[in-house]
Amino acid sequence: MSDLTELTLATARDGLRARDFSAREIAQAHLDVIDAGNAALNAYILPVPEIAAEMADRSDVRLAKGEGGPLEGVPLGIKDLFCTRDVRTTACSHILDGFTPTYESTITQNLWDAGAVMLGKLNCDEFAMGSSNETSYYGPAINPWRREGSNAPLVPGGSSGGSAAAVAARMCLGATATDTGGSIRQPAALTGTVGIKPTYGRCSRWGVVAFASSLDQAGPITRSVRDAAIMLGVMAGYDPKDSTSVNIPVPDYEAALVGGVKGLKVGIPKEYRLEGMPEEIDTLWRQGVEWLKSEGAEIRDVSLPHSRYALPAYYIVAPAEASSNLARYDGVRYGLRVPGADIIEQYENTRSEGFGDEVKRRVLIGTYVLSAGYYDAYYLKAQRVRTLIKQDFEKAFEDVDILLTPATPGAAFALGEKSGDPIEMYLNDIFTVTANMSGLPGISVPAGLSGEGTPMGLQLIGKAFDEETLFRAGRVLEDAAGDLAGPEDWWSVA
Amino acid sequence: MKIDDGTVRHIARLARIRVTDAQARTLEGELTTILQWVEQLNEVDTSGVEPMTSVMETTATMRKDEVTDGGYPEDIVKNATEKADQFFVVPKVVE
Repeated sequence: MSDLTELTLATARDGLRARDFSAREIAQAHLDVIDAGNAALNAYILPVPEIAAEMADRSDVRLAKGEGGPLEGVPLGIKDLFCTRDVRTTACSHILDGFTPTYESTITQNLWDAGAVMLGKLNCDEFAMGSSNETSYYGPAINPWRREGSNAPLVPGGSSGGSAAAVAARMCLGATATDTGGSIRQPAALTGTVGIKPTYGRCSRWGVVAFASSLDQAGPITRSVRDAAIMLGVMAGYDPKDSTSVNIPVPDYEAALVGGVKGLKVGIPKEYRLEGMPEEIDTLWRQGVEWLKSEGAEIRDVSLPHSRYALPAYYIVAPAEASSNLARYDGVRYGLRVPGADIIEQYENTRSEGFGDEVKRRVLIGTYVLSAGYYDAYYLKAQRVRTLIKQDFEKAFEDVDILLTPATPGAAFALGEKSGDPIEMYLNDIFTVTANMSGLPGISVPAGLSGEGTPMGLQLIGKAFDEETLFRAGRVLEDAAGDLAGPEDWWSVA
Repeated sequence: MKIDDGTVRHIARLARIRVTDAQARTLEGELTTILQWVEQLNEVDTSGVEPMTSVMETTATMRKDEVTDGGYPEDIVKNATEKADQFFVVPKVVE
């Protein structure tokens, strides 16, 4: 039953409940696809077929009794940033070699409690620092999409590149991901999948390897807006173990999908129209406006005057927080240890060998902007700019319910194409980073193909804790765009 | 701000990351480029603007001051490269 991997998460869930097929069968179908294709795509850095089989068997027992949670028997991939009990978790960094947590992240625990089945741990940029998955210690994940008439490998985006590639290549029905500056939405856009970063505080960060704590939020990557709604509903929720998790009820996101956008006020931020932006991105954006308008939305121009400062402010705040968070990797308590003459040298050797180049750059930038004499000029300045960015959104949301923007400044690029220039790579997040800086929810929905035949996405940004409107409007874009007809399978070997 | 060799070595020392001479030279250029790029923030007038401390306004939750977790030292040291009983072992720190 190889077509089980072609189901959406929603139809698979319904089929499992109706017992049209077993949890074991659908888990095995996905494991077979992983077996055949992972060598080419490198989406999983650690498939866990035995654990998947055991979890699926337990789901089948519950399903046979007519019991089970909202995701009973649904096979998922887990980004390697989420701690999983007794299953190696490395954040795709050499410095966490062999780290096997003795605890489970709150989000993955929520998924297992709902009956989901783990297929394995997914590739990502090292400590989620990157926009192409090229900084992973385990090598890059590869985008299942290729340019028309070319075999050149493309990046799946990042940092959740393995999550996006696995979902696009039918190696799982959905995947967990995290987003600090765009790491869910950008890879979703580059692989023709749906990715939502919920409001800061909606999902618990407990047990998720920390990058920049004031920006990090987890969310799902899936093949449909409905699937994202279902999966986020299970992932989200208050957690006393995360002091920034917000104690408000999680709505029924799937129920919010109906209703359309009639009368919805949609803002178009003029500052997102960048000089030198590819014509096809602008065309896609205009198309999105037309789609929403034809379904009865009211389109209004809005201004977010500080948008262009979001990315430079981010590259102060995020490295500053990262330099502090990554101080824990000292070779003493877990992971890699490289000996030295004394303990200081041991720290220095361990961190020099254990961290990759991009992580080192960010730790050093963060250390610099927090160091004596520079704190006010850089860190405090960036936090003041951040206040202005948030105020821009608050003002815009007095007039509109939601914002529509492109998700990325371009379609998927080739491996190595941007990895030589840090700032060029950073610019990938230009449209997504504002939502992290202001804590707001954002969703990326596949909306069309580029001239090269690769996917492009549109982004919707909503008011705080109004993910429901994102799903509702996202569904309208998804319907209007139609099926992108997936990438042709070149990665599987018989 | 131009980052020179001495500054690279100073912050690398603070960050406890060993850098070779070749790495220091590369980092000098890279860090300078990144810092000069972020310095465009100086164009923004932020006088009278409060620095953000929390992106979502929340009130800290209070709970009873009691032990609710712990008591599993084996779990804590489980992933250490070198341990003795329930302790992490490091090179000698005090002479």
